[in-house]
Amino acid sequence: MVLIEGILAVTLVSAFVVFFAPDRYAGKLATGLSLIPVAGSLYMYANFAGSGNALLGDDLAYETMTTWFEVGGYALNWHVGVDGISLPLLVLTTVLTTLALVSSWTPIDDRESQFYGLMLLMEVALIGVFTALDFFVWFVFWEGVLIPMYFLIGIWGGPRRKYAAIKFLVYTNVASLIMFIGLFALVFGLGDSLTSLDIPAIAQGVRGGELGALAGIQPDTLKLVAFLAMFAGFAVKVPVVPFHTWLPDAHVEAPTPVSVVLAGVLLKMGTYALLRFNFTMLADVARALALPIAALGVVSVIYGAMLALAQRDLKRIVAYSSISSMGYVILGLVAFTPHGMGGATFQMISHGLISGLMFMAVGVIYNATHTRMVGDMSGMADRMPWTVGIFVAAAFGYMGLPLMSGFAAEVLVFIGSFQSTVIPFATVLTALAMFGIVVVAGYLLWAMQRTLFGPYSLETDYDVGRAPFHDVAPLAVLLVLVIALGVAPDLFYAMIQDAVDPLLGGGV
Amino acid sequence: MTQLPLWTAIAPAAILAVTALLLLVVDAVDPDTDSSNLLAGLAVLGTLASIGVTGWYLLSGTGQPPTDPITLFRGALVVDGMSLFFTALVGSVVVLIVLASYDYLADHPYQAEYYTLVMLAATGMSLMASANSLATAFISLELASLPSYALVASLKHNRGSVEAGLKYFLIGALSSAVFAYGISLVYAASGSLRFADVATAAAGTPLVGILGLGIVFVAGGFAFKTASVPFHFWAPEAYEGAPSPVSAFLSSASKAAGFVLLFRVFVEAFPQTAVAGAIDWAVAFQVLAVVTMTVGNFAAATQDKVKRMLAYSSIGHAGYVLIAVAALTGDANQSFVLGSGMAHLLVYGFMNTGAFLFIALTEYWDVGRTFEDFNGLAKQAPFACAAMTIFLFSLAGLPFGGGFLSKFYLLMASVNGGVAILAVALVVNSALSLYYYTRVVRAMWIEEPNGDLEVEGYPTGLYAAIAVAAVMTVLLLPAFGPVAEIANTAASALV
Repeated sequence: MVLIEGILAVTLVSAFVVFFAPDRYAGKLATGLSLIPVAGSLYMYANFAGSGNALLGDDLAYETMTTWFEVGGYALNWHVGVDGISLPLLVLTTVLTTLALVSSWTPIDDRESQFYGLMLLMEVALIGVFTALDFFVWFVFWEGVLIPMYFLIGIWGGPRRKYAAIKFLVYTNVASLIMFIGLFALVFGLGDSLTSLDIPAIAQGVRGGELGALAGIQPDTLKLVAFLAMFAGFAVKVPVVPFHTWLPDAHVEAPTPVSVVLAGVLLKMGTYALLRFNFTMLADVARALALPIAALGVVSVIYGAMLALAQRDLKRIVAYSSISSMGYVILGLVAFTPHGMGGATFQMISHGLISGLMFMAVGVIYNATHTRMVGDMSGMADRMPWTVGIFVAAAFGYMGLPLMSGFAAEVLVFIGSFQSTVIPFATVLTALAMFGIVVVAGYLLWAMQRTLFGPYSLETDYDVGRAPFHDVAPLAVLLVLVIALGVAPDLFYAMIQDAVDPLLGGGV
Repeated sequence: MTQLPLWTAIAPAAILAVTALLLLVVDAVDPDTDSSNLLAGLAVLGTLASIGVTGWYLLSGTGQPPTDPITLFRGALVVDGMSLFFTALVGSVVVLIVLASYDYLADHPYQAEYYTLVMLAATGMSLMASANSLATAFISLELASLPSYALVASLKHNRGSVEAGLKYFLIGALSSAVFAYGISLVYAASGSLRFADVATAAAGTPLVGILGLGIVFVAGGFAFKTASVPFHFWAPEAYEGAPSPVSAFLSSASKAAGFVLLFRVFVEAFPQTAVAGAIDWAVAFQVLAVVTMTVGNFAAATQDKVKRMLAYSSIGHAGYVLIAVAALTGDANQSFVLGSGMAHLLVYGFMNTGAFLFIALTEYWDVGRTFEDFNGLAKQAPFACAAMTIFLFSLAGLPFGGGFLSKFYLLMASVNGGVAILAVALVVNSALSLYYYTRVVRAMWIEEPNGDLEVEGYPTGLYAAIAVAAVMTVLLLPAFGPVAEIANTAASALV
């Protein structure tokens, strides 16, 4: 099957077409073209026939593997394919990008063709990250995300955009290089038993105990070093406290649609890579380090929530709350229980939808009022009932209201981490993490009370009224998806579970 | 199939030399010609012919395994995969340079001389790639250097250009003397000039001290030509003062030619096993490589003029290429290590030439030299700025062009040779370089224009050269495999 290549190619060509299109049509053209990858990924979802985990040699869907060339004794292949972990993320990427493109129509009014071209270029890189199975190809896409993001923040961002853009670029690039070194410690440690940079081959080699000594470093130490390097590299992307400082800057300065993609998909690159590399290849090290990792996750949950509590800017509140939500993912992954890992993966999707929804809602309010400060406005519900209604629904999703995807994800994570036999003091840590929900509810209710309800007041020259249809429509679509996944988690959870289960057996 | 006479093996260099002479004839016949069409066209055609022949030889396997290298003039010159690879590299850069010079020199009074000097220097560089004896090495090095001095100073009424030419000349003369002295010491110890004979004689020579000293001096000569520490001081001055196409020429082609000679001399004439008693040059190059890339990158990070930043980053890249020699340790896969350096030079030939030609374009527009002067340029010239962005990100090693893969190769090479410190230095320096390359990108795309900047005209030749360089830089990412294979095969014949 060449479906993945087709989606990548169509999106790439679309990006160039849009780049040269006149500004007036760029937004609608980009949105229209982006429906093709959406259709492609939905087709892949509907006809998904894979089983098991991509890294453990199980049956992949839509797999292609062609030899490309060789470097220093390692074959580089064009190897793509999806399993139950990557397919949901692929669908999330295409759907969220299209919705983000629609939500750009109102706020983006400068150099539009360049903006939409870069958004599509970023979509190409993101699709590649979630489908590539050769380390080299994967790394090209992984780094390829940085450049469009750098420009999107740097050109269309807020007042401190230049600082935020360069901080994002340098921070995450250095993290990538540290991760790169960690992975190559494994590659070289595998020695002659490895003949390609195929990620499944690396994973199976490491799990099969074929790791040898490298330059006098014994395999066990080598594994630990590689694990730490890769964890540090991916933790920046997630972000895990204390590697999170680039995120609020990037989020606050980025234009709304870019924040949507940043929170919705980019952060998932980090957790996805952690799952694929750290928790799959080096599961025994992860189990040994379960306590500190789980503790980092819990700290991210609580500290992120506390930081959000202290913010006055609606967008900052949502941005910091992402740190909190991604902490759950870390906790779930390290639990090494079916519900823990499956719930964490489900939380990646759920958080992608809900955080995207929240950012978009804040963006719609900002488009109308030109302020995001909690103290500056109140009673927005009077003027923008639809937007505010969806905002409130999204916030309840964030707090974990039943029948919404956030509830399903968090319950699974908590059950999983509670049952964990790998994490010492699992019950205590889980209880601590659950306290995060209380804080989340606290600051969201506080913020909504102040801004959305009560008598309308806002000192502005702008005429604040109902948002145009194309601003609210993507919100509605996202809300439907959030509820759908909350009511029927098995839309994704079954395939996720199928791909996660093989990671738990084998006692590696 | 009839075989061509043996001397035709040197045709690529000969075509360049004949083109140079033809240009002089044209100038002699019609000295007042204002039209640069004829001159630039002749230079491009001559170079393309040379590339064509080189490519033909390269693909048909002339002088490459399984046949032996072709040696000419009693072994003074050799034609093999490596010499053809670098002749093609030099030729590609020259085509870009000449295309760009067509607009850059539009009102220049000495066009015929300029193009002649470029072609003569190119001849010298391609001969450097073929040199098989210390004598031809020296002569070809001088043939490449002397026209370069004049080219750097070719803007006669520009103080910066003249001063740069003078500095370049003085340091060049000094390093030539050092190089020649080194050759004489090596000759004293080995009694031979041909590389293979030097290696044989060196293994049994009792004069190890003299031999060691000679090798150090020879290495000094190469350090000058490749702008490596400690003979790098001329480079920022010369690159900044010279007309930008000439800067591109020097920092890409001339550097590559210096490296091919360095590769050949140290692998063929001073193999580690033969000179082990005199000097352990792998360690020396390890130190040089780390110092060169670090000095180059840190200096580049602190510049406030774009061209100077590129000049220092070019020193940093010389440090990267030195890895290809420094990692030639006993347990390394020698052809792979050497090939990684060759491949990086080829990619570098396009991305670095492109970057300097973009500078030429901004000089053509009188944009100014500092980072701030580039503010908002993308609004006026999005295409050229997009190309420049590709060059810079590829130079930084992001996977947007061949630069990522060639650095990746060097990384593998340093690990292969068991010299992890080189790999670490490469990664750290690449991360640092992203910071200062991004300053240019930020100025072009993100900063607001300063005001009165007005781009007048879009010179065809310059644009064409930049476009070709950009396309090649990007294409070298997916098409890197065959290139690296050619480089590895060429290197394998040597080691």
